[in-house]
Amino acid sequence: MSRLPVTKTPKPYVGGAFIRSESGRTYPLADAAGAFFAHLPQCTRKDLRNAVEAAAKAGPGWAKRTAYNRGQILYRLAEMLEARAEEMTAVLVRFGVARAAAAREVAAAVDRLVYYAGWADKYEQVLGNVNPVASPHFNFTVTEPMGIVGVVAPDAPSLLGLVSLVAPVIVSGNTVVALASEATPYPAVLLGEMLATSDLPGGVVNLLTGFRRELVPTFATHAHLRALNAAVGPEDAKALRLGAADSIKRVRIAGAAKPADWLSAREESVYAIRDFLEFKTTWHPIGA
Amino acid sequence: MPTLAKKTPSRPASRPGRPAPELIFGDLWPFDPAPETADPKLKPRYDLFIGGRFVVPQTGKYFDSINPANEKKLAEIALAGPADVDAAYAAAAKAAGPWARLPGRERAKYLFRLARLLQDRAREFAVAETLDGGKPIKESRDFDVPMAAAHFFYHAGWADKLEYLAPGRQVAPLGVVGQVIPWNFPLLMLAWKIAPALALGNTVVLKPAETTSITCLKFAEIIQEAGLPSGVVNFVTGAGDVGAAVVNHPVPAKIAFTGSTDVGKIIMRALAGTDKKLTLELGGKAANIVFDDAPLDQAVEGIVNGIFFNQGHVCCAGSRLLVHEPVADAVLAKLKRRLAVLKVGDPLDKNTDIGAINSAAQLQRIRELVAAGEAEGAELFQPACRLPEKGFYFRPTLFSGVSMSHRIAREEIFGPVLSILTFRTVEEAVEKANNTAYGLSAGVWTDKGSRTLKLSTELKAGVVWANTYNKFDPTSPFGGYKESGFGREGGRQGLLDYAKLT
Repeated sequence: MSRLPVTKTPKPYVGGAFIRSESGRTYPLADAAGAFFAHLPQCTRKDLRNAVEAAAKAGPGWAKRTAYNRGQILYRLAEMLEARAEEMTAVLVRFGVARAAAAREVAAAVDRLVYYAGWADKYEQVLGNVNPVASPHFNFTVTEPMGIVGVVAPDAPSLLGLVSLVAPVIVSGNTVVALASEATPYPAVLLGEMLATSDLPGGVVNLLTGFRRELVPTFATHAHLRALNAAVGPEDAKALRLGAADSIKRVRIAGAAKPADWLSAREESVYAIRDFLEFKTTWHPIGA
Repeated sequence: MPTLAKKTPSRPASRPGRPAPELIFGDLWPFDPAPETADPKLKPRYDLFIGGRFVVPQTGKYFDSINPANEKKLAEIALAGPADVDAAYAAAAKAAGPWARLPGRERAKYLFRLARLLQDRAREFAVAETLDGGKPIKESRDFDVPMAAAHFFYHAGWADKLEYLAPGRQVAPLGVVGQVIPWNFPLLMLAWKIAPALALGNTVVLKPAETTSITCLKFAEIIQEAGLPSGVVNFVTGAGDVGAAVVNHPVPAKIAFTGSTDVGKIIMRALAGTDKKLTLELGGKAANIVFDDAPLDQAVEGIVNGIFFNQGHVCCAGSRLLVHEPVADAVLAKLKRRLAVLKVGDPLDKNTDIGAINSAAQLQRIRELVAAGEAEGAELFQPACRLPEKGFYFRPTLFSGVSMSHRIAREEIFGPVLSILTFRTVEEAVEKANNTAYGLSAGVWTDKGSRTLKLSTELKAGVVWANTYNKFDPTSPFGGYKESGFGREGGRQGLLDYAKLT
């Protein structure tokens, strides 16, 4: 008689812990073959607000880490994903990605993390500067993280899309509350398990599973989310922008100008980091 | 007779190092008038500026622009209708291709010309700005006009160096840009908007505020003198409905707005379903933080400049003074004495410190918030200065004993009204300073460089002034955090907001 495998209860990673929805709601997830896979938490507005609180707690400490340290932690995250690349690839395959494409997606996600890890202690030197003002002042412009950023991941590629939206946001010291791919949420759950073992402080990245139609309005209007990084269609983009106006929230819609080519190096840029930075200019007197 | 300031009885007259008694003349010997007399060369009637020509508005209507210092009519300004906004965008769209293709070196020379021509006519523009907006002539002469010219000069040099702007990427113009600017620094805001847009190869439709259109339309004369290609810059004038037409028009690829946070939110919603880019420079409620080790006399000058510059019609005005408790009484006493010698009156007088409030509506708003401050229990101080009988004026005003919940500590007053709060620790100062939906600017007064840098790191504001206030420079990016808007103006960061990255 063959052994009965032990199935896993998928739980999203929020505040450094693996949670169920406060509502107790779940929804059944089937794999690409149509077979039952597991019940996933159907996160609510309240779960989102709780995740924002977790992100708020983690924010100041994460922003105060040295750039060198943040870079190392992102690199460590790449190490964790690389080490479990086979497992992640198998999961993507189970949810309908062809094996070769799945392997490419996982490898690209690892490389993307390494790419942004390397930016941690360099973007400031590229984006900030000293300004030659016409008065006796040392005038300099530096960047600062915005705070808590909402991420809405694309349906596909479920892993690479999420990683591409999260990495440029957290590298500068922002924290993230992300909604996983609605079509294929499980890779995000698995990524959460890797985040938990990557030295990333709990609460820096918070991952929710659930439905866009339930959560997009709260992403749009939650006043503590200072910016949004979303890969959504025109309708959700408009809803996010309308709600964002209430608190002058910054909104970046990935693939708004032209559809994102997630595997392309064009998706990696210091300007994706810049979109989640504030510029601060200080006038310091020069004199006795 | 001049009187001697009352001596404090507890201080013996023989105390060594005692400062000399202060002479307070009050109104005994008023200053002689010292009006600036240069001719502002105003036309009785200003038309719209579209496609390089002044054109009669298709509405056939004009509205009066008055001098807020005496409520007299200065000129008639064309009222643009939707058809005029269409025409302006058509002209800008037609000009966009050739202007973008013009070698950067040539675009640069046009911008250098604009800067030079403005410098040549600086005195005339300063008088026009003061007449139209009510700001003291010393400010329009020494700040607004020279700084506007400096912005054109700075951005001119960028036009042929754009490959250095965004490492790793090519930059391209966005196309046509719609811009709406406020009434507090009419010419300067025009320069902040137009100079970077043009340097990058964009063309522009700009709407000035309805109470301050004159220097904008005078600048149209400079555009003609410079021989700028037709349609590169177009001006449409009128009130909020014209602004809405500029924002909602389908042609512009980007909207740049400076004004109130409320209108900024309306614009964000209006653009929500479009692909237009947007930058917003909105309101503020800046904290000006004074520590006990600060050079207090210098700080008092900075506080006065921070809140009374341009009658307090400044989005980054230091409207919340946070004073370290050990020096709170001393600072308040020094401030009261300083306010007593501020000259409020004729903006054209070279001795005037505080000119006219820009409009009757703004005066009403200031009065309402000051009444709210008194009703909520803050202690009001105003010097007993004489105000002109005609025109819109408001005495410089201090409120002490203000708490964070008071409306005068939370809402942007946009007038010469300072709310004074106190703090005990650095942490409390930062907490109070950041406890606002705004985040445009902040001031820090301390003798300690490391403390300046700590505060500068922790204050959630786009600009931090240390031992100074209200300093601006074309090389220095300006703009806010949070509900003070997004995007920057000035410097490399501001210029990039007018570029498409490819």
